[in-house]
Amino acid sequence: MADLLVEFFQWGFGVTLVPWLATLLGIVVGVLVIALPLLLAVAMSVYMDRKVWAGMQMRRGPNVVGPWGLMQSFADGLKLFLKETIIPASANKFIFLLAPALTFLLALVAWAVVPFDAGVVLSDINVGILYLFAISSLGVYGIILSGWASNSRYAFLGALRSAAQMVSYEVSIGFVLVTVLMTAGSLNLSDIVMAQKGQWFLFSPLLPMAVVFFISALAETNRPPFDLPEAEAEIVAGYQVEYSSMAFALFFLGEYANIILMCAMVSILFLGGWLPPLDWAPLYIIPGWIWFFGKIFVMFFLFAWVKATVPRYRYDQLMRLGWKVFLPLSLFWVVLTGALLLFTGKIPV
Amino acid sequence: MIYTLCFYLFAIITVLSAFMVISSRNPVHSVLYLILAFFNSAGLFVLLGAEFIAMIMVIVYVGAVAVLFMFVVMMLDIDFSELRRGFQKYLLIGGLIGLVLLAELALVGMGWGLGGPVTTDPATAIPALGTVTNTAALGSLLYTRYIFLFQMAGMILLVAMIGAIVLTHRKRPGVKKQNINKQVMRRRHEAYEIVKVKPGQGLG
Repeated sequence: MADLLVEFFQWGFGVTLVPWLATLLGIVVGVLVIALPLLLAVAMSVYMDRKVWAGMQMRRGPNVVGPWGLMQSFADGLKLFLKETIIPASANKFIFLLAPALTFLLALVAWAVVPFDAGVVLSDINVGILYLFAISSLGVYGIILSGWASNSRYAFLGALRSAAQMVSYEVSIGFVLVTVLMTAGSLNLSDIVMAQKGQWFLFSPLLPMAVVFFISALAETNRPPFDLPEAEAEIVAGYQVEYSSMAFALFFLGEYANIILMCAMVSILFLGGWLPPLDWAPLYIIPGWIWFFGKIFVMFFLFAWVKATVPRYRYDQLMRLGWKVFLPLSLFWVVLTGALLLFTGKIPV
Repeated sequence: MIYTLCFYLFAIITVLSAFMVISSRNPVHSVLYLILAFFNSAGLFVLLGAEFIAMIMVIVYVGAVAVLFMFVVMMLDIDFSELRRGFQKYLLIGGLIGLVLLAELALVGMGWGLGGPVTTDPATAIPALGTVTNTAALGSLLYTRYIFLFQMAGMILLVAMIGAIVLTHRKRPGVKKQNINKQVMRRRHEAYEIVKVKPGQGLG
């Protein structure tokens, strides 16, 4: 990216960029190239989400604004933008406003290490998978802080539920990541994708881990059936009950950006990222990023499908699933994967 | 240049936020400053090229430990006047402990300066950093040479955890619990029976 910019400035303006400036500009351009389409994708995914639920409930869904209702999300965004920002009198003002910004920011920075195609990644770091895990484990702060700063019972209850829930499911996500990185032999996301050439991890002994990861991803993003932090029927909307206008919009955008990120993670870890399903030359005619976006699309459909069909879990059932089912299962699978790799002599070096 | 700038940025924020942890009035703010300090020290690790430790720092300390701190601190009912009243009483002993720690720090610092360069060999040679990632280097050292210490540390933590659970666990009578196994194993004939009721007689 930096070399390209140096050439561009040389050609367009006849000036030579200083190397550090070129690097900096390259990063800024890279960030914009990822973040802007991501925001568009978030808007469209909200629309798709609503259309899928509508279809499953035999309704029409949004169909008024723009052709087939395509502009609905933008209309909603504009409406939110024009609303008044209300800050409760007894709220802790700074933290109250920090929380939605943090949620949104974390949802965006995680995309820095996601590889869209071979070599197409903003920052190809050695510990990409740990970075993603670290960022997704920070997501809980946005919710805890908003719940505490709102100084409201409903918000606080929602925040407490969410903190307990996200911490519980992170443990099994961690173990699932361990099985994947043992099989791939690397913490680098591009290497993990390349290790799946010809055989996705989905069609290997890691299949149960893919299921565990998907369900834990639902819990991490507070999607139904694990949307207890919001639980509009009991605690009206949980941590976001006091928020209005853009502060609410930031939560909303952050939530959907996180969902798309989780879809991307499932695609990278188990569905071979930008690779086609078979290692067969004609399939490589389709560019890698189309495969990748297609996989994200399918995963997002699954997320919407689950939301439309599965009723909300009770709190003790949620905790039981996380600690008594997923944790032992994933821990056992770590040992099993290690043993399998050892005895089949497939330990990647 | 950028490297030095980043170092001073991270270092200054770490020290400042560490100071704010102990000096801010609101405990929730203290935890937030603590998180900021963790983050910036993770940044310092990245500058050192220790990316694995930096990420583990964020995952373990910020993602897990500080969440629990926050969880506890949020539930506290803070009475500021109560907090300030103890200040006078504990000033003397607190100051003494502070002085001892300061003296130790100074001793360590001086020893560092006066002792000369370290001449003993490090326990095991690690491979050159250019050839392997530092995750691999750490792993191959931890799981071979230091496996006993590593496993021991894990065991101690496990024992501590089980101990904490055993100490705080109590069986309360009269709590209704869902037994999923029992529910699933239930058969039709245990659940209900069909009785032919003759008209006008009832079940008796």
